[in-house]
Amino acid sequence: MSDPVTAAVQPSPSPQRREPGREPVIRTSALTRRYDEVTAVDALDLEIYEGEIFGLLGPNGAGKTTTILMLLGLTEPTSGQASVLGRDPTREPLEIKRLTGYLPDNVGFYDHMTGRENLRYTARLNGIPDAEAEVRIERLLEQVGLTEAADRRVGGYSRGMRQRLGLADVLIKEPRLVILDEPTTGLDPEGAAELLRLITELRDRHGVTVMLSSHQLQQVQQICDRVGIFVGGRLIACGPIDTLARQIFGDAPLLEVECAPVDDGALSAVRGVDGVLEIDREGPRLLVRAERDVRPEVAAALVKAGYRLLRLDLRSHSLEEIYRRYFREGSRHGDDADGGNRRRAR
Amino acid sequence: MATTPTAGTGAGPAERGPGEAPAAGSGPAAVQPGPGDAAAPVEGFAARLGRLVADLVREPYRSGLAPIVRKELADNLLGSRFVILAGLVFVTTLAGLYVAAQTIRNNVGTGVFDQFVFLKLFTTGDPQRQLPSLVSFLAFFTPLVGLALGFDAINGEESRRTLSRLLAQPIHRDAVINGKFVAGLLTIALMLAVLALLISGLGLRMIGVPPSGEEVGRLLVFFLVTLLYVAFWLSLSILFSVRFRQASTSALAGIAVWLFFALFGTLVADLLADVLVPLGDVVTVERQLRHETVTLWLKRLSPPFLYSEAVAALLDPEMRHLGLVLITEYIGAVPGSLPLSQSLLLIWPHVTLLVGATLAIFCISYVLFMRREVRA
Repeated sequence: MSDPVTAAVQPSPSPQRREPGREPVIRTSALTRRYDEVTAVDALDLEIYEGEIFGLLGPNGAGKTTTILMLLGLTEPTSGQASVLGRDPTREPLEIKRLTGYLPDNVGFYDHMTGRENLRYTARLNGIPDAEAEVRIERLLEQVGLTEAADRRVGGYSRGMRQRLGLADVLIKEPRLVILDEPTTGLDPEGAAELLRLITELRDRHGVTVMLSSHQLQQVQQICDRVGIFVGGRLIACGPIDTLARQIFGDAPLLEVECAPVDDGALSAVRGVDGVLEIDREGPRLLVRAERDVRPEVAAALVKAGYRLLRLDLRSHSLEEIYRRYFREGSRHGDDADGGNRRRAR
Repeated sequence: MATTPTAGTGAGPAERGPGEAPAAGSGPAAVQPGPGDAAAPVEGFAARLGRLVADLVREPYRSGLAPIVRKELADNLLGSRFVILAGLVFVTTLAGLYVAAQTIRNNVGTGVFDQFVFLKLFTTGDPQRQLPSLVSFLAFFTPLVGLALGFDAINGEESRRTLSRLLAQPIHRDAVINGKFVAGLLTIALMLAVLALLISGLGLRMIGVPPSGEEVGRLLVFFLVTLLYVAFWLSLSILFSVRFRQASTSALAGIAVWLFFALFGTLVADLLADVLVPLGDVVTVERQLRHETVTLWLKRLSPPFLYSEAVAALLDPEMRHLGLVLITEYIGAVPGSLPLSQSLLLIWPHVTLLVGATLAIFCISYVLFMRREVRA
């Protein structure tokens, strides 16, 4: 059903993905969900465009899952609107679910059935004819590397295998949009990398729009085109990672300095350099924020003061730093992380 | 003049064609040179009926009910839990059948087993050795099958974390709970059908008297009422599976209710009746009568009691009255048996109550399930 659409999207090169003015796949305006006295999602405005990987980031209980459930029509919003693939989730949830694959956090399968049987059941629930389903199952099992384990019971699958089976399960309906809730939680680094590779492939080869939620920033950073930072039910920042970094830290570069020994003398030597704004100590390293690239000056100053310079790097801002910075600011707005935790424990 | 009707009928199907493309009946009807006006509404009706039937057939697939029933049925029949309990029911049934056949054989010629011998296979125990009849075995154990099929229907999906994945598919939400209920019913019906055939075959072999048409009818109704009775327990256990998060809690709740009704139901009814209508030192007839009536109605609040009364009236055609029988009613009564239709009349309130209770409980679980928020 979605074939012509995906085929049409496929050749579009990645820069076009962020082209403004394009019809978003997901759009919410002032979307709000309250539970008793707690506001899980607070006036969310979000747009996700066709063919991009969007990362919804935030601590546990920030309202990521609630947002996803509202987008799928599994939870009714208290107020505000959402539109997914041009449809209203509260009115036409079935249409949305036909075109959207959702992988829940810590997905479960029927353990007494084999991987293939689990996929077959999902195919039937989607009304895919049996012959067509078998072809898709075979192809997807190969794609996620489970061909050999396909006829073993899911009860014996490892965490990574389950998650890959979950991805196949989501793709069997050939969705236009895929929503993944914490897809890499509990996976070892190799398993996570493999899963992320598969997700990237979805975008590049099939033009599928992907929205994923995560609190594991390191991994998400690698594959997301844009991220939204979600704290206490509010989206406090949204955009490509480098743009966010510039918003927070300006264009001030960050220098990573390793010298021996790291003591107060070294600190004051660096501080004396013209253009240095801020110095942090991080273990054996110094993190130096400066107005411009002051690497030669810092090197000269340290050597002049009698220190041995071991390393000197220009560091780009990682998502983790951005996130931590935003998170600190988000917590100050009153609706803190504790509120989120209370909601979770409810 | 001669070309006009042919042109008219020729244009008819062409006009109707695109509107009713899938109507299979339009072809032959249009060929006939009969009056086009008369054929059109009939065709329209047939086409509409066809579409209605097609929709009815397609609906379970569109709503997701059919695949869920299919999967649940397979799970039920292949699951060890059902195999164990069905095995228990089968073994006890066979034991009951054997006891009945022995008793009947030992009493041939005494006149007790002259009529409706085949039905007596179901209701006869061994009074000397205090062995219960086949029916009492069934009444005792079949609720367990109903409980076992439903106690983890919904909370099991939740604890396996499959419910949110299931509800993310393009299916109606109620298809999940309906599908589980239907699959449970089909499983129970299948078990009872096998049981009925097995009993019939073995019974025939043991006593050598074929059942009469009347007896076959009564047995059929008996198995339908039993299906209904087990359906009651199935719906109760599904309610618990919606209400309680832990499968073990809902299983325990189901067993507790079952034990209460099976063992203490009548006891509690007696006690309550003593409180409501105390029998003092001097007991008048009216008071005694009222006491008995209150006891009976209290007992009828218990599904097992309802079931046992209904079964008694069904399998014993000579039973003409349920509950208290006064000696005055016996005077002048002609001994004989009721036809099936009259026995049905006697148990109609019981069947209605069981159906009502089952539906009410299922409706509660339905509403609870539809209103519940499913989180991942």
